[in-house]
Amino acid sequence: MNKVENNKAWWLVLPVFLLVAFSAVVPLMTVVNYSVQDIFDANTAVFVGVEWYREVLQDSRLQDSLVRQFIYSFAVLLIEVPLGIAVALMMPTKGRMASLCLILLAIPLLIPLNVVGTIWQIFGRADIGLFGWALNSIGIDYNYASNTADAWVTVVLMDVWHWTSLVALLCYSGLRAIPDAFYQAAHIDRASNWAIFRYIQLPRLKSVLVIGILLRFMDSFMIYTEPFVLTGGGPGNSTTFLSQTLTKMAIGQFDLGPAAAFSLIYFLIVLLVSWLFFTTITHMDKDK
Amino acid sequence: MSEIHLKALAHSYSKTPTGPEDYAIREMDHVWEQGGAYALLGPSGCGKSTLLNIISGLLTPSDGDVLFDGKDVKHLPPQDRNIAQVFQFPVIYDSMTVFENLAFPLRNMNVAEAKVQTKVHEIAEILELHPVLNKKAKNLTADEKQKVSMGRGLVRDDVSAILFDEPLTVIDPQLKWKLRRKLKQIHEQFNITMVYVTHDQLEASTFADKIAVMYGGQIVQFGTPRDLFENPNHTFVGYFIGSPGMNLIDVKPVAGGVAFDGIQVPLSDELNKILSEVPYNSIKIGIRPEFVHVWDKATEDAYECDVLHMEDLGTYKILTLKLGGQDIKVRLGEDHDVPVNKAYVSFPEQWLKLYVDDYLVEEPSVEDQVVEEAHA
Repeated sequence: MNKVENNKAWWLVLPVFLLVAFSAVVPLMTVVNYSVQDIFDANTAVFVGVEWYREVLQDSRLQDSLVRQFIYSFAVLLIEVPLGIAVALMMPTKGRMASLCLILLAIPLLIPLNVVGTIWQIFGRADIGLFGWALNSIGIDYNYASNTADAWVTVVLMDVWHWTSLVALLCYSGLRAIPDAFYQAAHIDRASNWAIFRYIQLPRLKSVLVIGILLRFMDSFMIYTEPFVLTGGGPGNSTTFLSQTLTKMAIGQFDLGPAAAFSLIYFLIVLLVSWLFFTTITHMDKDK
Repeated sequence: MSEIHLKALAHSYSKTPTGPEDYAIREMDHVWEQGGAYALLGPSGCGKSTLLNIISGLLTPSDGDVLFDGKDVKHLPPQDRNIAQVFQFPVIYDSMTVFENLAFPLRNMNVAEAKVQTKVHEIAEILELHPVLNKKAKNLTADEKQKVSMGRGLVRDDVSAILFDEPLTVIDPQLKWKLRRKLKQIHEQFNITMVYVTHDQLEASTFADKIAVMYGGQIVQFGTPRDLFENPNHTFVGYFIGSPGMNLIDVKPVAGGVAFDGIQVPLSDELNKILSEVPYNSIKIGIRPEFVHVWDKATEDAYECDVLHMEDLGTYKILTLKLGGQDIKVRLGEDHDVPVNKAYVSFPEQWLKLYVDDYLVEEPSVEDQVVEEAHA
């Protein structure tokens, strides 16, 4: 039988192609376009090559927020991952209590970002906020609006409150997928609780943890709304993270060229870190 | 070294069992002797895995005791009993190499590292795991993984019994016999009590010296494969063991024997006497397809029957006959003539078994006990 060549079928791909083009490719290329030009008005634009890239990489304001961003993301991961695992390990496995725990854990995840910011803004206030008032009444001088350390503690705490659930829920599902025989075999092999965690639970949580860490890294690295609502980046610039600096630059000062250049660098950093992390983890399994 | 004694053991998963149907294990007494190779054979849901988990300590029985060498271990957790267990699906520690897997139980017991090295190499040698010793365990094939999980039991000096819970389920057929031979070899070498749970009679009889057939939460017969074949003492054993299983026919007592569909089967005087004395709900006769005699012409004690169909299985043939209203299976050797349309069969007295309420009834000289069970 002769095979009928019918390339008309390719037309059926057109809708998807258009959708992807307009939703991803075109906006991204626009940014690339901006990043290599100096734009004065709608009709006057000068090609400047890598000028903007050179400029933003030397901009100390951006460098500072990049450093802050890394510290923030690592602090958040360092707390949320172990805490999430611990919560998942302590959760009841069946019955009413298990459902209750799942619901309680899911609640923070369902709250809109700006509401989370507002909740903590009030919660942390020394006059009417329970958290701030409680700290001050036991003698700790706490004020997130004027003290840099306090602001950092609050911003990190807010993220932990908001997102630890995600790690915990992922780990919980991972733990439930371990067959009983593994625990039984480990008991017969006289493994300690630590050994059970280290050699059964942790290895079997690896795939969900990779997802969890990647999600939490990307989200925390791109965080904008919550700190913006809570501290507005202050006191001073102490909690101004990358996306906020970028927004100020692009919308506030209308420096489209440098902002576009930095957006692309920002994007590449997220991509690079995620890729490095993922390949390192997947290579760990291979036999030498 | 230990002998495993199950004393008046019963187990129910329900907290308040009301009747025998709530019990996964009905009251039983059983002894697994030191150094034996045993199989626990039965259909799914008969309680064999429950029984295994009770022996290993993963489950605490609701009634009765578990004694290892006379010592009550009923409330001891698995790690405090000297047993190892191999599960249906291979349990290996993914992140470790094969060597680390095998060393794991020893390191948990703080055995000196030099001893760990020699012991692991010794066992790896026996299990033929040497070539993969430094590979990650997760990259092994299913049969290698199963060998690793068995090896973790063998490295320990203190293990006196290994329990197998259908360990060959996930192994390719051509590797099954190899692994089974390995098990047998290890059994001979180590003098360890082995209890092997399976629903496959072939697996059971190639592995075990003695087989316990379980049915409905009870061990209905415990004997050598030959015993189970020649002398099944429960209709379930007759039906479950053998391929095809035993022919079982519902009969009514008549003078001088029993009858079905107008066909009379004479019994010995002793059996007739017993039959007239015991109360019963059902009476069955049973005969193995292998033991039915087939003649090509009418003889004095042969019954005439119709030939329904014949299956040729290569080395033997299975003939289905109609005798009265009953289908009878007969297993014929390769070189036996196959009757056409009509066949004449007789049931040699030696191989014709009588079952009252599903338990074998024998002439009193052999064993009284079974008859008593039938009474109960």
